[in-house]
Amino acid sequence: MSDDTDIQPTTRIAGQVIFVGAALALSAFLLTQIGRQTIWAEGESFAAQPRFWPGVSLAIMLAGFGLHLWRMKRRRPNRLDREEMMRWVEPLEFMIWFMVFVFAVPIVGFLPMSIAFAIALTWRLGYRRRSMLVLAAVFAVAVVILFKGFLGVRIPGAALYELLPAGPRSFFLQYL
Amino acid sequence: MDILFQAVDVLARWDVLLALLVGSIGGVAIGAIPGVGPAVAIAILLPATFSMDPIVGLTVLLGIYGSSMYGGAIPAILINTPGTAVNALTTYDGFPMTLRGEGRRALSLAYSASFFGGVFSVICLIALSPLLAKVAPMFGSREIFLAALLGILLVVVAHRGQMLVAGALAAFGIFLSTVGLEPVKYTRRYTFEQTWLASGFDLIVVVLGLFAISQAFLLLTMDDEKVRIAKSRGSLFQGFRELFRHPRVVTVSASFGVIMGMIPGVGEFTAQFMSYTSARKLSKTPDAFGHGSSEGLIASETANNAVPGAAMIPLLALGIPGEALTAMMLSVFYVHNVVPGPGLFAFQMDFVVALYLALLILNVLVVVFLLISTGWLVYLTKIPNRFLGMCILLLSFVGVYSIRNSAVDCTVAAAFGFLGYILKRLNMPIVPIVLGMVLGGIMEVKLRAAMTRVNTPWDFIDRPIAFILFAIILIILISTAWRVRREWRAVDRRTPAKKASARFSRRLAGRYGRHFDDRLKIQRRKRRYDHMGS
Repeated sequence: MSDDTDIQPTTRIAGQVIFVGAALALSAFLLTQIGRQTIWAEGESFAAQPRFWPGVSLAIMLAGFGLHLWRMKRRRPNRLDREEMMRWVEPLEFMIWFMVFVFAVPIVGFLPMSIAFAIALTWRLGYRRRSMLVLAAVFAVAVVILFKGFLGVRIPGAALYELLPAGPRSFFLQYL
Repeated sequence: MDILFQAVDVLARWDVLLALLVGSIGGVAIGAIPGVGPAVAIAILLPATFSMDPIVGLTVLLGIYGSSMYGGAIPAILINTPGTAVNALTTYDGFPMTLRGEGRRALSLAYSASFFGGVFSVICLIALSPLLAKVAPMFGSREIFLAALLGILLVVVAHRGQMLVAGALAAFGIFLSTVGLEPVKYTRRYTFEQTWLASGFDLIVVVLGLFAISQAFLLLTMDDEKVRIAKSRGSLFQGFRELFRHPRVVTVSASFGVIMGMIPGVGEFTAQFMSYTSARKLSKTPDAFGHGSSEGLIASETANNAVPGAAMIPLLALGIPGEALTAMMLSVFYVHNVVPGPGLFAFQMDFVVALYLALLILNVLVVVFLLISTGWLVYLTKIPNRFLGMCILLLSFVGVYSIRNSAVDCTVAAAFGFLGYILKRLNMPIVPIVLGMVLGGIMEVKLRAAMTRVNTPWDFIDRPIAFILFAIILIILISTAWRVRREWRAVDRRTPAKKASARFSRRLAGRYGRHFDDRLKIQRRKRRYDHMGS
């Protein structure tokens, strides 16, 4: 614990060249767009120019990523980078799950969709025991009651709730 | 004294007391679950706190912030997995103690050290208040600009070994803060004719993506770990007695925590590493460090718990957050039109003192709760990773969707979640993006305001505080450049096979006979942290 390397995090090597390369390309692209995407206001001081801070930040990004790439030990992608990239693809499936959930809530409703989402995703993750599925459903109900019921977060009622009889409809729209 | 009574009056409400209880218990539970952490919890809860009174909302968030590190010590000590990223050092001495059957003693020491650190930082905060109230009004636009610049600079410099990437990511954060309508001519910047970009990137959406959704993705794609909890003996109270046998370690570590917490951009990591190193230097048994030393455990736990109180100093006095969690809290202030900074000390001192008192009560509540509940909190560590990922993903939806009921926000958050996932996989820092985003906005506004009163460059630093801040920035820049130059080495791009061959030929030649021994020693000494739990 005595040398300085103790507080030095190490960047994973696999995949780094691809990420840094892509970030560098994005920075360069954004910098080339500065003339179109920002204006130079006549009569304003340099610091008040709308172009000033985007320009400064993009220049630092370009320099930072560029110098990092230049200092990297290995700048040519290889098998390890490709394997790491395959790991980056994995969460895309859960991104789709998330987006389906987002688009379904205004139609199906927060409570039913949360229960369905929690149980289905738990099943997909390989927890097939009844206890885990029940736990997932209980968690979903608890989240809805806590956040929408008690804390009153703004999540609108669903289109499906409109089909309910008048009594439960207003309750469902407000609390579930 | 009047202010104290007014502050008690602010706190003496059932909703504030409930918030204190929920924040402290919730924070401990969140800290005890490896893979969640306070950043995820605060990001999820932020939108829910917008509908509460500022004091209630901030008390919940402060509760989670202050108490999660207490809870994080439980898995760090019992199963060698830090509950929050800043409990990493606790594993070095806590887990060996558990292996010796002294788990309860280690937990007790961690709780008492954390309590001391937490209370010490609040006392420092209270003691410094009159000074802060005097100094804070001296901060005009140029001083706040320079302080924000210093914060960015420090967060970059603190990431040793990754400074270039940290700098580039901080700049990315600044860039994100510029997207949308700019405040001078109301022209659009980098919107690419997209209406959804006109209002820019919402800080909460970005934070939720980078911290919560990315963590959910990481957990969902992980394997579950088998957790075995070793049996331990001893009393949970013995640590409180034992703590007083190490007064020097405790006070030095707490002081490191307070000082590092006050400096924007530095935070818990540096505080605990510095206090751990100094405790080892001061110790009569330095060899025991890393093998179950009570002093090592005290040093790391005291330092990291002293930071939250101290981190409130730049936030409350100047409106400048020092790290990601206080950056998130800043948004709660803004939502309620409470502007932290010099004005807060001048006109709402009762509110400031109420926050201090809340922090103080929080530490007592947490320790009482831990003494009662440690037995069952241990079982939280057994929640499977992927199931936890599902829970965080569901909660993240609540966080993002409740801001504006916007599917676009959810898409943006998911995209930032994906970016955060890649950054965490690569072990690159996320905090500079968030700080860049918050401080970038502050810097733009303050620099523009400051330049209207500046005719020559010298005018910018002609006031004492501005000059001191400028001098500190200059010293940091020069010392960093000096260090980089001293440590500069040409990049070795030989293949591992070629390097091994060169080493072997050197070995055969018999000249660097101790080469392998030295190398092993260095490897043993190197201990690193990652950004996975941050």
